[in-house]
Amino acid sequence: MKRMDLVRSAAGAIIAHPMRSALTSLGVVIGVAAVVIMTSIGLGAQQRVMGAISGLGSNLIIISPSASRSGFVAQAAGTDISITGADAEALAKQLDGVVAVAPSVRGQAQLAAEGTNWNSRIEGVTPDYLIARDLSIGQGRMFDDREARQGRTVAVIGTTVARELFGEADPLGKRIRVGGSPFQVVGVLTPKGQSGFGQDQDDIVLGPLGAVRSRVVGRRVKGDAVQTIYLKTASEKDLDRVQEDATNLLRERHRIREGQDDDFQAQNMASILKASEAATQTFTILLAAVAAVSLVVGGVGIMNIMLVAVTERTREIGLRMAVGAKRADILAQFALESVALSLAGGVIGLLIGVIGTVILAKLAGWPIAIASWAAPLALGFSVLVGLVFGAYPSWRAAQLDPIEALRRE
Amino acid sequence: MIAVQDLFKIYTMGGEPLAALDGVSLSFDRGAYLSVTGPSGSGKSTLMNVLGGLDRPTRGTYTFEGEDVSGLDDDQLAHFRNQRIGFVFQSFQLLARQTALQNVELPMIYAGVSPKDREDRAIQMLGKVGLSERIHHRPTQLSGGQQQRVAIARALANSPDLLLADEPTGALDSATGKDVLALFETLNREGLTVIVVTHDASVAARAKRQIGFEDGRIVLDKVLRP
Repeated sequence: MKRMDLVRSAAGAIIAHPMRSALTSLGVVIGVAAVVIMTSIGLGAQQRVMGAISGLGSNLIIISPSASRSGFVAQAAGTDISITGADAEALAKQLDGVVAVAPSVRGQAQLAAEGTNWNSRIEGVTPDYLIARDLSIGQGRMFDDREARQGRTVAVIGTTVARELFGEADPLGKRIRVGGSPFQVVGVLTPKGQSGFGQDQDDIVLGPLGAVRSRVVGRRVKGDAVQTIYLKTASEKDLDRVQEDATNLLRERHRIREGQDDDFQAQNMASILKASEAATQTFTILLAAVAAVSLVVGGVGIMNIMLVAVTERTREIGLRMAVGAKRADILAQFALESVALSLAGGVIGLLIGVIGTVILAKLAGWPIAIASWAAPLALGFSVLVGLVFGAYPSWRAAQLDPIEALRRE
Repeated sequence: MIAVQDLFKIYTMGGEPLAALDGVSLSFDRGAYLSVTGPSGSGKSTLMNVLGGLDRPTRGTYTFEGEDVSGLDDDQLAHFRNQRIGFVFQSFQLLARQTALQNVELPMIYAGVSPKDREDRAIQMLGKVGLSERIHHRPTQLSGGQQQRVAIARALANSPDLLLADEPTGALDSATGKDVLALFETLNREGLTVIVVTHDASVAARAKRQIGFEDGRIVLDKVLRP
């Protein structure tokens, strides 16, 4: 039996019962639409998290204090700040393949200038911070190492802070009060926009580490302590080695014995990316799996209707056999019918899925990305569902005895 | 020549063997016109199924123009039915969803005939049975006699060697039944071998040779006309 004749016969059988065919396909429509929408949501979340993490800076190792233990009681991470500016200097001196070492303290502070005020994030940093975090100066200059060491009260501000405090006026050379202490603005950062986590990256004030620590965040960060040390390596392949060297060096400096927990944690962007990629992938797969259940339910619906069709058309099957249809022809006819039902559902489901994804993105503002493989996957799956669930009814049809089949009323 | 030799078809009913065919031998030449009569369960339908390649005998041989049909597998039998046999059924067995033309094309689809040739041939066959004006009608739009003529056109589609008709007039009134039998006679005169299974003595009497069945055996074999 020729391919075109098979297709025509399948189409004819489906069109003969339009309502029944539509309802049968509905299960697959819903299943495929659900798979498309769910994977799109998952993928969107994944892309957003990835963007957020890589927005922190490339080739970056972040060292932060970790939870310490007093006796058996674990304290919250960062309760006792264990890493210091001296650690940062040691890391800068002794590690190979490091481009920038940037210790940092941070806090939230009330800013005031020229009669207006604003609340913003303030970070006490060294000039290397710009390199570590892939930032640049748009206007003016960065404070230098000498200013930083001397504890000069100069500041570089983000464009949001500049706009809120000075409007259209030139902020360079102006004085701002940060939590009560006066700082002079020497530069404005190039705007970076929102981070992947939804934070305005331009709403920030950078000041010299020493000055910010003593004047702004001093109550929480004592002595030479810092909250974070950013290490930037020359290339991505150095990340693991540098991280290991840094860990060893800090353990030595902090006199941590073999077998004892570190009092700091070092993470590199690659491993954070990998971990969160794995997490969001699991999330996506989970969503898709839930949606796939409805696809299976749709398949059962197809099997049900195909069994009904085989029973209804027993005499037709017998007649076809009598005039020369081989068992394989009958098998192919019913299998194709089942695949056509399922595939039609898949195509409609794909359309609904794509439209639904776009509407969801618009209405709910969810991060959504339709995977390039969504279409082939959805259509492939619907063909597979048609084949798997059409197999048994088709086999039943092909196994009929023509004499019995012709006699059936 | 078509011949069956020592044909047995044995069913097991409730543990008891039951011979639907009990040693049947029969042969006839191309151009024969046979009627097969006998009460229900006498084995005449079983013989028709074996001759038509729908069923295999338990024992015995079946040769069709020199070909041993009893040794064919399912696919070979399907091909044999497609090429050699034309079936006409009491209940017509037309596909309700399809037009007369599509019904006649059906055996040619399985023969792999191209759509164009199929249509030409189907139109020709429908003309032969006098339905040129009805080729796009569906079975429900046709009378019983017309439906049976569509079925005969379908049976002729692949130029079979043997036309097997099982109670072809059973569902028709006597006038249209006579038309159908007249059509068989015309086809037979053109050289087609025809076998008609019937209860009806008047139908049986129109054949050239009459075979009578009882309890799986041939009890009557009478030449009515040369």
